[in-house]
Amino acid sequence: MSSLLSNQGVPSIINRLRGANNEGVLLLVLVALVLTIGILNPVFFSVSTLFSVLRGAIVPLIFALGVLIVMISGGIDVSFAAIAIFASYTTVVIAQDRGTDPGLIVIILMALFFGVVLGTFNGIVIARFRLPTLIVTLGTMSLFKGLLLAYVGSKYIANLPPSMDSLSTEYVMSIPQEQGTANLNVLVIPVALIAVLVWWILSRTMFGRSIYAIGGDQEAARRAGFPVVRTQLMIYILAGSLAALAGVLHLILGRAANPQDLVGNELDVLAAVVLGGASVFGGRGSVFGTVLGVLLIQIINNSLILAGVPTAWQQTAVGVLLIVGVGIQAISAKRSSKKLVVTKTLQEQS
Amino acid sequence: MDQAVPVLEVRNIVKTYGGVKALDDVSMTLVAGHVHCLAGENGCGKSTLIKIISGVERPDSGEILIDGTVQAPLSPIDSIRAGIQVIYQDFSLFPNLSVGENIAITSQVANRSKFFSRSKARDSAATIVEELSLNLDLDELVENLSVADKQLTAICRALVNDARIIIMDEPTTALTHTEVAYLFEVVNRLRERGVALLFVSHKLEEALEVSQDVTILRSGIHIVSGPAGDFDRQSLTKFITGREVREIRHLSEPDHSSHPLLSVKNLSLPGAFSGITFDLHPGEILGITGLLGSGRTEIAEALFGVRPARSGSIEVDGHAVKIRSIRDALKARIGYLPEDRLTQGLFLEKSVGDNIIASSLDTHRSRFRVLDGKRVAETIGGIFDRLKIKAANVEAIVRSLSGGNAQRVVIGKLLATHPRVLILNGPTVGVDIGSKEQILDILRAEAAAGMGIIVISDDAPELVSVCNRVLVVRQGMVAETLEGENVTIAGIQEKTAA
Repeated sequence: MSSLLSNQGVPSIINRLRGANNEGVLLLVLVALVLTIGILNPVFFSVSTLFSVLRGAIVPLIFALGVLIVMISGGIDVSFAAIAIFASYTTVVIAQDRGTDPGLIVIILMALFFGVVLGTFNGIVIARFRLPTLIVTLGTMSLFKGLLLAYVGSKYIANLPPSMDSLSTEYVMSIPQEQGTANLNVLVIPVALIAVLVWWILSRTMFGRSIYAIGGDQEAARRAGFPVVRTQLMIYILAGSLAALAGVLHLILGRAANPQDLVGNELDVLAAVVLGGASVFGGRGSVFGTVLGVLLIQIINNSLILAGVPTAWQQTAVGVLLIVGVGIQAISAKRSSKKLVVTKTLQEQS
Repeated sequence: MDQAVPVLEVRNIVKTYGGVKALDDVSMTLVAGHVHCLAGENGCGKSTLIKIISGVERPDSGEILIDGTVQAPLSPIDSIRAGIQVIYQDFSLFPNLSVGENIAITSQVANRSKFFSRSKARDSAATIVEELSLNLDLDELVENLSVADKQLTAICRALVNDARIIIMDEPTTALTHTEVAYLFEVVNRLRERGVALLFVSHKLEEALEVSQDVTILRSGIHIVSGPAGDFDRQSLTKFITGREVREIRHLSEPDHSSHPLLSVKNLSLPGAFSGITFDLHPGEILGITGLLGSGRTEIAEALFGVRPARSGSIEVDGHAVKIRSIRDALKARIGYLPEDRLTQGLFLEKSVGDNIIASSLDTHRSRFRVLDGKRVAETIGGIFDRLKIKAANVEAIVRSLSGGNAQRVVIGKLLATHPRVLILNGPTVGVDIGSKEQILDILRAEAAAGMGIIVISDDAPELVSVCNRVLVVRQGMVAETLEGENVTIAGIQEKTAA
């Protein structure tokens, strides 16, 4: 009854580098992509490219972290963009109605409040009535967007409250270049902190581990005494809050509030999370992988053009990566299960 | 006998589901350091009783006493806090988490911990694993473990929760002889720690071997309780089924006059089995047994084309056939009942009739190549009656059937294809003793009608009861062929484990 596949010697090093969800492989792909683009067009290797990729990753990464949490628990959330735009646009409209700038902290708290309310709605429907998450969030996506346009407003707001607007040109680092200056927006700092926070929640708190447990086997989690309904509710509240925050940051970076924005671009975020090693069947996924997935998609969408790849092919590239990435995981899973049978047979023979 | 300390008592439990009494006045007492065997046919109320003790269901009336104190109705977390742990048949482990985390995490849930420390979890898991002197890799993911190791993980998890009462639902079903022996060793170590165990099993010898007390339920009614020494296999069977079940060696008469129905020579698949040679005559039931991983399943899968053999020859009815795919096997009229019938053999959400006809749609077409409804109905009706499937009618959904009846549906599906050779892998796994005998009777009847049957099983009494010959497979080779009077329970067990 010895445990099988005891990782010994060389394989264990490879396994560790590969990571639990193939993060290592993704890192290699990312490096290869960066090198290829850089060799084809040396302009790519510049501080300004790096800063613009990081700036572009701010909003998708927060979205992706919310999606990651939901996906680990075995669900799929497609309503995050609708929650984001609902929460941020409504907040801006309220701030404008008052006429005075309530300040960034109040704006963010207000947006978070809407995020929590909408997330709670998702959570209650999903956890209490045990409905499929994809269908529920597909429904709430349309519902939230519709409510926003019907009750809050549908007009484009070009002038944000000054406290928001000023942040768009607040830089944490400015490096002079041959042409102009390469600026790194200050918002990368809160985003990095949030990524660390989510990592900490997922790996160091019982709430985080119960997300993995529920994603691994919901019935087993219930039998083991995990508060499944409460945990699911918290997951969607957290995802809603992250979405609302991403919405506010999106408005800040875009320097305008457009209620028609964001909804419709969810799939790039889902693709990033799946590429990052999260399983759509739940139980698997990591913050590190998700960060890599978001960066990969950012580079494809923003920088592949530097390598002479036409815009139309960017979508194709994401598609190919997704299918190949998920395919490799599925095949390697099948391999290892086959290997298991053989190892076992050999062990019993010896 | 040592001083009996009752740890858990249930008294006069009644539970009704939609007017049907699942439990009717059931009482039972678990004693520290004792294994209590709970026996009964499928659907007799064992699972309901377990659910009530573990707090998943609430009884309509009756009392639960822990250490002599009457408890308010239990919730799952109350039950865990009271030291009750259930090891479910599916183990209820988290496949995506490591062994160490699986072992440690539920106790942290019960303690209402807020934070999780991987190293602390690993330490507390390591303590238990060492105490039981088990060999488990704490860092391996549970999904990569063998069934036996998963079970040990589940046992360790129960102990980390300071379990004083461990309920094991069908713990030996998926284990081989050596693994069962090892499990019983672990069970004895648990007894020494003063743990009370409740053991649910269909394998009566095993249950008697390991238990000190026995309780038998039939159709939700408490039939009898008493010390295990008061029972033997015969009396248990009688209490469980409510009738005398004959358990004698009752064989079909193979027809040796013509050439063999199936003739296998030197069949080999590197890494799985080699040099497999045997004949199967019409009317013969051939047993193949061996440990898990010995190659017994791989041989069956090769004959059915799931994982075709690399070399060797197969003759069906005197004609050489090449079996490279399942289609080839079906064409040669070989039928196969897979090991895991719930996932591989049945459409659970479909009706009994749909399942029976599923494999033979091709042969039920009319001139216009569409399904011939009348013939389909005849086939389904014929098999439904012939196999005595206990369901309201052929429209019943398979998921609603008991294990024994679901098994009959799979066999019915195979019979509808009119196979010459029928290969069954674990035909009575998870089936209660009454249904088991009836399934074996079906096999005898089909053999008598001229079919050749191969039964792959590690249930020695079952092999003795139906097989003319038994091949014992070790390390991918036929190590022993038992024939005639040599086919005995002791003989099979000895040769398998050797």
